[in-house]
Amino acid sequence: MTITTQEVRKEATREAYGQALLELGEVNKNIIVLDADLAKSTTTIKFGKKFPERFFDMGIAEANMMNVAAGLATCGKIPFVSTFCIFASGRAWEQIRNTICYSGLNVKIVATHGGLAVGADGSSHQCIEDFALMTAIPTMTVIEPCDAAETKKAIKAVAERPGPVYVRLGRTPSPVLTEEGTPFEVGKASILREGKDITIVACGLMVPNALKAAENLSARGIEATVINLHTIKPLDRKTLVAYAKKTGSVVTAEQHVLEGGLGSAVALALGREYPVPLEAVGIDNRFGQSGSPEALFKEYNLTSEDILQAALKAYGRK
Amino acid sequence: MLNTVPTIPELQAKAREIRRHVIRMLARAGSGHPGGSLSATDLLVALYYGKLKHDPKNPKWPERDRFILSKGHCCPALYAILAEMGYFPVGELDTLRQLGSSLQGHPDIKRTPGIEISSGSLGQGLSVGVGMALAARIDGRSYRVYVMLGDGEVEEGQVWEAAMAAGHYRLDNLCAILDNNGLQIDGPIHDVMSPLPLPEKWDAFGWHVIRIDGHNMSQILEAYDRAEAIKGKPTIIVAKTVKGKGVSFMENQVDWHGKAPTPEQAEKALAELV
Repeated sequence: MTITTQEVRKEATREAYGQALLELGEVNKNIIVLDADLAKSTTTIKFGKKFPERFFDMGIAEANMMNVAAGLATCGKIPFVSTFCIFASGRAWEQIRNTICYSGLNVKIVATHGGLAVGADGSSHQCIEDFALMTAIPTMTVIEPCDAAETKKAIKAVAERPGPVYVRLGRTPSPVLTEEGTPFEVGKASILREGKDITIVACGLMVPNALKAAENLSARGIEATVINLHTIKPLDRKTLVAYAKKTGSVVTAEQHVLEGGLGSAVALALGREYPVPLEAVGIDNRFGQSGSPEALFKEYNLTSEDILQAALKAYGRK
Repeated sequence: MLNTVPTIPELQAKAREIRRHVIRMLARAGSGHPGGSLSATDLLVALYYGKLKHDPKNPKWPERDRFILSKGHCCPALYAILAEMGYFPVGELDTLRQLGSSLQGHPDIKRTPGIEISSGSLGQGLSVGVGMALAARIDGRSYRVYVMLGDGEVEEGQVWEAAMAAGHYRLDNLCAILDNNGLQIDGPIHDVMSPLPLPEKWDAFGWHVIRIDGHNMSQILEAYDRAEAIKGKPTIIVAKTVKGKGVSFMENQVDWHGKAPTPEQAEKALAELV
């Protein structure tokens, strides 16, 4: 199957999250939702209105919220905890590490406003380090769906998956590339396009840019595979190695600093099992700033053109 | 599950036995925290033997009361009680802090029967207690949740986030026990970073406050019962204690926060705990 960027509708992944919670709440009475005064922004307010007895606004106190979720989980509940990525993964990191993950608890941290695409709010609210922070914790599962349709599947899948999970979602409406029937499995990379010359591995909002880059590469006679690596941990090493072997060069693309994110994970896996020329598109040792998502992607070299240039470089190194 | 409440002399004898375990465990391990373990012992013995609804043969019984040792470094006293009550063999106490042991340097829910949450990083346990208390409310269960805090620990900001949440949600099934021994690693709490006045602060966060002598068994038992009777708000028992209680050369000595007795010191301590 080849997924293209032609004429697709747009929807923010956070909106799909609110919808998925509503559906989950109907079928599973153990689902509890906690938010930290951002329920309108994260869209958990939808759940809160429908199931007020299972929704708790914990106020602007993220550290407490994480451990309240831990306490609920010890009693058999499935807490979904939401706030912005920067506060979930940053402010409450040690609560997640020491109390949720070390205790092996079934807490789902679904954080919105990930990456530079937050836009005008600027650097304080643009989380570009969460993959590094969350994947570093033993036993943690880390996911960034590529679009709204995949978000719904991911939320339902993590509700069924025992143990701690971190899901990064976005603020801005983004292209809906996949469909209800597109397969989704936690930890299984999804192939969106097959090509023999190079593999582009991306997640989240970088997936549409990767597809666009692949289309433009094709016009130049270079056929790219595009992998939607929605699960950054546990990493689907088998698929990554198979496509490294098949195509002989790799580009990674993420809305994250170059250290400790998707690119690092892919480079480590391939470096150990099947080294090939690899280029990484990501944020190079800079903080974000205010601006439109489009302007920021251009300023921080995260556009489809940046992926295309990186691909040409990796391909040229073969 | 226990059906009879022991007498005060029985509880006092049990507390001496637990303190002896603590000294032996730490001396054998060569590290650990005697001061706070000994200050908390009477409060813990009274809770486990005189109040808590629990079943050592069925540690995951859904209706059990929950206890969280938020000041996790004082786990030797808790481990000794759990072993004496039959959660695991008393012989395992000898393995404290060794590689592969079920008894880690700080509590580990996955390794030790009877431990309700991993703790040790201070300031996190009360929030977990809030979660358990909310779960009881959602499920319509009658169990109570007890959380022991240190008086240095309450310098952590998260404790006050949790205090605010418990007050806000009027969690009368939640009871905090403050081991107010007055000392932390770097010195007296009022010198290092004063959290005083403690009762007034908790009152201001919407809690019912009970002040007791944390080494007086009848006061402790009465406080647990009074806390249960308070409706519409959480209760904190501010228990004045002595760090290192029961071992003369450890009492009120900052240096005994986190070091193990030598074999000679242990012998001397055990001679006092008879």
